[in-house]
Amino acid sequence: MKKFFSILLTIFIPLSFTNVSKAAGHMEAEVIHWWTSGGEQAAISQFAEAWQEMGNTWIDTAITGGENARGTTVNRIIGGNPPTAAQFNISKQFVDLVEQGLLQSLEEVASAEGWRDFIYPPELIETCEFEGEFYCVPVNIHSWQWMWINNDVYKQVGLPVPQTFEEFLAGAPTIQAAGIIPLALGGQGWQESGMFDVVASSIMGFPLMQSIYRDKDVDAFRDGRFESVLNTFRELNTFTDEGSPGRLWNDTTAMVIEGKAAMQVMGDWARGEFAVAGMEAMKDYSCVIPGKEKYVALGGDVFVFPKNDDPKVKDVQLAMASMMVNPTVQANFNNAKGSLPMRLDVDTSAADACMQMGLDLIQNPDAIMRESDDWNTPAFTNAWDDIISEFRNDPNYTVAQVMDDLEGVLTSGL
Amino acid sequence: MPLFRNIASMIALLPMIVISLTVFVGCIIYSFVYSLTNSKLIPVFNYIGFDQYERLFKQRKWDVAVENIFIYGFVFTIGCLIIGFLLAVLIDQKIRGESLFRTIFLYPYAMSFVVTGLVWKWVLNPTFGLENSMHMWGFAWFELDWLVNRDLAIYAVCIAAVWQGAGFVMVLMLAGLRGIDEDIWKSLSIEGVAKWKSYIFVILPMLRPMVVTAVVLIAAGVVKVYDLILTLTSGGPGYATTTPALYVMENFFKRADLGQAFAASIIMFISVVCILAPWAFYEFYLRNKYAAN
Repeated sequence: MKKFFSILLTIFIPLSFTNVSKAAGHMEAEVIHWWTSGGEQAAISQFAEAWQEMGNTWIDTAITGGENARGTTVNRIIGGNPPTAAQFNISKQFVDLVEQGLLQSLEEVASAEGWRDFIYPPELIETCEFEGEFYCVPVNIHSWQWMWINNDVYKQVGLPVPQTFEEFLAGAPTIQAAGIIPLALGGQGWQESGMFDVVASSIMGFPLMQSIYRDKDVDAFRDGRFESVLNTFRELNTFTDEGSPGRLWNDTTAMVIEGKAAMQVMGDWARGEFAVAGMEAMKDYSCVIPGKEKYVALGGDVFVFPKNDDPKVKDVQLAMASMMVNPTVQANFNNAKGSLPMRLDVDTSAADACMQMGLDLIQNPDAIMRESDDWNTPAFTNAWDDIISEFRNDPNYTVAQVMDDLEGVLTSGL
Repeated sequence: MPLFRNIASMIALLPMIVISLTVFVGCIIYSFVYSLTNSKLIPVFNYIGFDQYERLFKQRKWDVAVENIFIYGFVFTIGCLIIGFLLAVLIDQKIRGESLFRTIFLYPYAMSFVVTGLVWKWVLNPTFGLENSMHMWGFAWFELDWLVNRDLAIYAVCIAAVWQGAGFVMVLMLAGLRGIDEDIWKSLSIEGVAKWKSYIFVILPMLRPMVVTAVVLIAAGVVKVYDLILTLTSGGPGYATTTPALYVMENFFKRADLGQAFAASIIMFISVVCILAPWAFYEFYLRNKYAAN
């Protein structure tokens, strides 16, 4: 059976290429995305350039902030003026759009090009597949599980680069005494909850996270390890600066780059900022996956293609979807972005030490970690994150109270 | 038949009546209906009863939002009235360069709340703003961390709002003060009443219509405060400065939680009605009744 399919594929792949090239000619595509920082701009222009090289026009609609960009996309779809392509995260964010039949199925090009064979890891296929059809294109894998460390700072105070949160906390007072901010954190909800999840996975491990976030197991939640996560998180927050509330993530990364701060917990998109600043991985800065067990989380971005009344748009959308998974485009895009490609057969010789670390890890299925929003609705994750954010900002909010409130969310059935 | 008394003007008003009914009443009904569903990213009619309201009232964040709107409403209204009145009285002292000062004081009102929010965000930011400047000038003891202090952040918002609104109240009050008859001032000085006493006990009561106008205009701005907070604090630190409007917008556009946003907006609507209804009853019913008698 499998052989039969691969024969079919070998017949259809060349066919599909001729199809696409026939449909080509001049195509215009408007893409909504939220890639506005220096490193991100460099990445999205890889897509734009590849698209323009095919003789097409790329209309860039960049909107700061993922939430704002997604809001715009949804409003435009409902308002009857959908963009050609729009960015979402690898998550349940766009499930409603699929269920209401508002997205273009990409099955035609997906089965023709054999996406199911090369998309790796297979969890990405689960994200995009609904009732056997592809509705999104995963373009990259982003993992939150990183500490970004300015090596000069640690050299200056004579400490080794920390490998765990415990080591970091042990050295933090020394760094503070040297007049440097130990922990750079932007006080926005998503940054706080993102860092919290990194602390959580590095201290309690993925299996326990899975029983809490996926299985809603109250006993696992109450077994004491979650409390120690909360305590560590609270201790970490005593080492931030008072300019933290509301600061953007890339401004925060800049503090580490400039040596004003020692460390930031941020996803691997921060690597792009270091690259733009001309810093070299492991030499000028270190990227560390904290904890004994090392994980790489399956975050990242997808593009969806909203249905359009104009039948010609479908060809444009399929052509663009095909362009995004192209191995060369994938290599260029992910090298600029600092993320991992969504297939293993791309040329990663340009990868730096940090990206190589991620590439090595992701080939081990046991090191692949899922995140809360892979299993839970935005209502659940938002209620959860609000509590975490409040815990970070209100020193009178006790660990015991937080545990009760989080259990309330866990058992709410949201 | 009083209904057909002014048939021409009724016809002229018809488009307005139709628009108000469909847009306002229609949207309120629509919001209420969908607040009974579990709509997420897009409105879907999936009836779940009053669960959204139950969830809303369990949210710590909503409590904070409601508390904030009361603090903001109180401080902003009182602050604008006091400072506005004081400025008006000072300008009324027949000072030199009056029009210059009037322009300066009114100028903030010409700006949008977005600009006000951004300006004060920079001023109050402890790492680049006033605090930092004072430190660099050698005043190491100077501390101004309102914007990042969760207990004081809402007052920082109030300061920015009063800065913007006070000039407007000043202009209203000044117009009122200019309308006071010279003879009143003359008789007050003959009686030997102290100037501050005459302002507070004689002139202020005479300015009642101005005060009422100012309060109504300011209060209308309180309920819908959104842009100022969004630019100044984005509801932070944590969610310490969130307001009902911010909560609604956040659930609508950012969190893909439409049902919750509809429920919150209906509660906002009901609270406004609760405050306005007694006043409207007085204004449109009782007063007409007495006037008719």
